[in-house]
Amino acid sequence: MLSSTIGYYGLILGLLCSLLLIFFNLQNFRVQKILNTRILSLTFLQFLFVKISFVSLIISFVLSDFSNETVFNNSHSTKPIFYKIAGVWGNHEGSLLLWLLVLTLFTLIFLLKTKNQPLQYRILTLTFQQIIIIGFFVFVIKTSNPFNYIFPVPDEGLGLNPILQDPLLAIHPPILYLGYVGSSIIFSSALAATTLGLISKSWATHIKKWVLASWIFLTIGILLGSIWAYYELGWGGFWFWDPVENVSLMPWLVLTTLLHCILVLQKRLILTSWVIILSISTFTLSMCGTFLVRSGILNSIHTFANDPERGLFILIFLFILIFLSIIIFFLFNKRDENNNVNFFWLSKETAILINNWFMMYFLSVVLIGTVYPIFLDVLTTNKISVGPPFYHKLIIPFLIPFLIMMGIGSRLKWIKSNLEDKAQLILALIISILIAILIVKNLDVKFLINITLISSAFYLFLITSRDFFIKKEKNSSQKIAHFGFSLLILSILVNNLFSTEIITNLKVGQQFENSNSKILFKNIIQKDEKNYKSIVGNFIIENNNGKIEEFFPELRIYNQPKIVTSEADIKTTLTTDRFMTINVVQNQEYFNIRYQSKPFMIWIWLSVILISCGGILSFLNKEYEK
Amino acid sequence: MYGRKVKLRLIFILLVLTALILTIFLILKSLEENVVYFQSPSEISELIEIDGKKIRVGGMVKKDSISLTSDQLKFIISDFKNEIIVTYSGVVPNLFEEEKGVVAEGYLKDRNFLSATKILAKHDENYMPPEVKKALEEK
Repeated sequence: MLSSTIGYYGLILGLLCSLLLIFFNLQNFRVQKILNTRILSLTFLQFLFVKISFVSLIISFVLSDFSNETVFNNSHSTKPIFYKIAGVWGNHEGSLLLWLLVLTLFTLIFLLKTKNQPLQYRILTLTFQQIIIIGFFVFVIKTSNPFNYIFPVPDEGLGLNPILQDPLLAIHPPILYLGYVGSSIIFSSALAATTLGLISKSWATHIKKWVLASWIFLTIGILLGSIWAYYELGWGGFWFWDPVENVSLMPWLVLTTLLHCILVLQKRLILTSWVIILSISTFTLSMCGTFLVRSGILNSIHTFANDPERGLFILIFLFILIFLSIIIFFLFNKRDENNNVNFFWLSKETAILINNWFMMYFLSVVLIGTVYPIFLDVLTTNKISVGPPFYHKLIIPFLIPFLIMMGIGSRLKWIKSNLEDKAQLILALIISILIAILIVKNLDVKFLINITLISSAFYLFLITSRDFFIKKEKNSSQKIAHFGFSLLILSILVNNLFSTEIITNLKVGQQFENSNSKILFKNIIQKDEKNYKSIVGNFIIENNNGKIEEFFPELRIYNQPKIVTSEADIKTTLTTDRFMTINVVQNQEYFNIRYQSKPFMIWIWLSVILISCGGILSFLNKEYEK
Repeated sequence: MYGRKVKLRLIFILLVLTALILTIFLILKSLEENVVYFQSPSEISELIEIDGKKIRVGGMVKKDSISLTSDQLKFIISDFKNEIIVTYSGVVPNLFEEEKGVVAEGYLKDRNFLSATKILAKHDENYMPPEVKKALEEK
C-alpha cells in the first residue's frame, strides 16, 4: 500500500522536475554564462524520484503486495524471489518505468560527461531530452500507471508467464532498453548540434562514445533474446523473422550504419546530413519498436495485455518527435560549404558509403516486411503474414557484394587509396571459391547461389582473420568486430546447410529409424513439482557412427497460469548442437518428437559476443584512431 | 555542352533512381509471392476456384476430431458454421488442444481439405489469435 503511494508521487515529482528543468533551460539558454547549478541538481533529483518510484515497485513485488494491480497481474506469492524482481520489468507498466529510469539516468550521465562541450549545446540537448522524458512520464501516469490499486485486495496474484521465468529473460529487457534509450541521447544531441551548427569533427568524436555504448547494449540485448528463444521456445533456431525480433533489428541496422558514418565524419567532415538523418532515425525506430510491441498490434509472443489508448498515445508522441526533427533538420541544416569534396572511387569512405546503402536496403526490407501486414490489415482488413522466405530471398543475394565490399573496404585508406597486395586479395578469392566448391559439391542444394554466398563469406573470413591474427597494429577493435561478423555469417551458413531434423510421432517403447540415426523412446517419467507437472521423456539416440546418447526432453504443465512449455534437451559441443523436444497431444498415445542436429550453433553466439567485444574495446580505447 | 561535373551528377542521380525503382520493384514482387493470406473455413467454402497458393486457416479445433498416428496428425478446424479437415506432419505446438484456437498454414486440396505445413497455437491458455477471434465473431 505505502510503497505504491510513494512510487506514484515519485512519478509526479519527476514530471514536475521536467517542467522546471525546461523553464530553467530556457532561462539559462538566453543568459548563457555558466551552467545554472539548479539544472544539474534538478536532473539529479529527477533521476532520484524515478529511482524511488522504481524501487517502491520492486518492494511491492518482493512483498507480494496484491493491492497493487501490476503486482496482482504479474506475480504470485510462491514465485522465487529472483523472478519476483525480474517480474517488475516482465510486464508493460514496469518495463515502461524501467525505460523512464534509464532515460533519466542517461540524461544525468550526459550532463556530467559533457563539461567541456559548449554550454548552449548541453542545454539544448537537455531540453530535447526533457521533451522525450515528459512524453514518457505522461504516458506512464495516464495510460500505464504501475501503481493502480485494486479493492478488495486479492489473496493471490495471477502469476508470471512461465516462459518468461528465465534468467536470460530477466536481463534481456534491461539491456535492450539501455541500447534503445542510449539512442535518445544521440537523437537529442544531433538535433541540438544541428540547431547550433555545431556538427564538427569534435562533435563526432564526442557522440561516437554514445553511439558505441547503445550499439553494444543493443547487440548484447538482441543476442540474449535470441539465445532465450533458442532453448526456451523449442523452435530450434536462432532467428525467426518474428515481428518483435525485426523491431529490435531495425535500430541495430541503423546504429551500425551510424557507427561507420561517424568515423567518416570524424575523419573527413563529410556526410554530415546523412549522419543527422541516421541519428534521428535510430531513435525513431526504437520508439516505433516500443510502439509496435506495446500496442499489441504485433501478434507475437511478447504482447502483454493491451489497450488501444496506449498505442494511440505512442503513435501521436512519435509523430510529434518526427515532425520536430524534420523541421529542425530543414531549418537549420546548412549545406556543406566544402561541397566540392570529391569522393575518390577507391577509398575507405566510398566503401563505407556503398555498404551504407546496402544496410539501408536491408533495413527497408525488414521494415516493409514488418509493417506491410499491419497496413494491409488497416486498409483492406485482409489478414496476411510475411514469412522467412520473403526475407531470405531479398536479403541473401545482396549479402554477397556486401561481404566482398566489407573485405576490401577495411584494406583501403582514407581519401585516396590503391589496392595494395592485389595478389593476396586475388589469392584469397581463389581459395575461398575452391573451399566453397568443396563444400557444396556433395550437397543437394542450389549450386550457383550457394557457391557465391559461401565463397564471399569465406573471402571476408580469410581477409579478416589474416588481419586479426597477423597484423597486430592499430585499430584492433575494428578487426575483432569484422572478424566476428565474418565468423557469424559463416556459422549461419554452415548451420543452415548441414542442419538435419527428424520430426515424428512415437509411442512409448517404439523406435524410429532412418539412414542417419535410430531413436528409441524408452519411457516417460511423470513428476509433480511445486507449481507444475512435469513429463520427462527418455530417449536413446544412436548415430550412424555408432555413438549412443540419452536425451531427456521435458514438458511442463504449469498450473498458475495454466501453460504448457517444452524444455528442450540440448547437448552442446564445439562443433554441433543436438536438440530434442517432445510434445503431447490431448488424449493421444503418440508423442510428437523433434530431434535436430545443428552444427556450429555455439559459434553463432560466440561470434556475436566477439562483435560486441570489438565495440567494447573501441569504447574503452581513448584514441584508437592512429 | 555541359561541364563534366554536371554530367557526373546526372549519371549519379540516374543511377540512384534506377536502384531505388529496382529495389521497390523487387520488394513488392517478393511480397506478392511470399505473402500468406488468412481465411476462415466459411470463406474457403465460398471459394470459386482453388489456386495453388499457400494460405492460413484459423478457427477452433473441433471436439474429438484429433487423431495422431506415427506419421500424421489429422484434425478439423471449425468456425461453428463450416469445417475443414487438416492433415499435417511436423512439429505440433505446445498448446494445441481441442476447442482451442488454432491457425494452420498450408495448401488447399479442395474446399474442405487442407494439407498443412505449419501449425500455430499460442502459449497462453486464454490466447486466441486475432484472426480467429474475428472469424468466429463473424459467424
